[in-house]
Amino acid sequence: MIFLKSDEEIELLRISNQIVAKTLAELAKLIQPGVSTEQLDKVAYEFIKDNGAVPGFLGYSGYPKSICTSVNEQVVHGIPSENTILKDGDIISVDCGVYKNGFHGDSAYTFCVGNVKHETLELLRATKESLYKAIEMAQEGRRLGDVGNAIQSYCEERGYSVVREMIGHGVGRNLHEAPEVPNYGRKGNGIMLKSGMTIAIEPMINMGSRNLVLEKDGWTTRTVDRKPSAHFEHSIAIRRGKADILSSFEFIEQVLGNKAI
Amino acid sequence: MAKQTAIEQDGKIIEALSNAMFRVELENGHVITAHISGKMRMHYIKILPGDKVKVEMSPYDLSKGRISFRYK
Repeated sequence: MIFLKSDEEIELLRISNQIVAKTLAELAKLIQPGVSTEQLDKVAYEFIKDNGAVPGFLGYSGYPKSICTSVNEQVVHGIPSENTILKDGDIISVDCGVYKNGFHGDSAYTFCVGNVKHETLELLRATKESLYKAIEMAQEGRRLGDVGNAIQSYCEERGYSVVREMIGHGVGRNLHEAPEVPNYGRKGNGIMLKSGMTIAIEPMINMGSRNLVLEKDGWTTRTVDRKPSAHFEHSIAIRRGKADILSSFEFIEQVLGNKAI
Repeated sequence: MAKQTAIEQDGKIIEALSNAMFRVELENGHVITAHISGKMRMHYIKILPGDKVKVEMSPYDLSKGRISFRYK
């Protein structure tokens, strides 16, 4: 069942998502070669608590940490660990969730560590741009298939592949709600978007083939061909017919300056 | 955090079990049990062994599926 949110509830969702945005910006300051993903998780946890909120991922279906850190060929749900140390040329996608005032925030960004290969940078740019193309399609009267098709056509035109097994989702009082928001689709298919819907659109795009495999930890997903994968996520609300982006990359891009993607 | 969706795969019916359940061999070689979807039941679409079908699998249990489409 899809829950429609009132304007007040959307504002509470915005607060949670802004904390996610600021947390990701704090991590942006730290991401460089030599840092372990465990250190990033600790900083995220402290920052979220300092903002009077609770990490939304911690304990979700038994997830052990506050953020997901997925490096290079890892697609999503990488578990932060002291043994994963970032090196020059890596890309790391950080997904963060925050729970405050009864509502969940959920957003993600893929960062570059040091100097990243040009073709990998192109993958990141395309993934981020496909997210914005999808948001353009997220208006009242359009369907979820239009949103998914926007991501799929933009990325496949450039020779990348779209992950099928993992999808975006509705967000609100629960971290994952109806509807399912796939990053692929046919125009005109799917549920019609209405004002009050709050969804998280998260394109996960692979440089090589779209197939994934689940690692032995039961959470981390990785590309079968071990080529890099990018992931960006915004939580948006459909308000008065138009898409209202609740999370933000502004704080991150202020920190990254001219190194932003 | 990304959510896992039901994965759609193609398969071939090997055996018909009772209660509209079927044993299906997926393209990747796995053999699963699947039941016919309500929509197909409603429209009286019959499935016989040897038919090629589309199966939806939940990520939470990879041995059970739902047959959602029968190819010609």
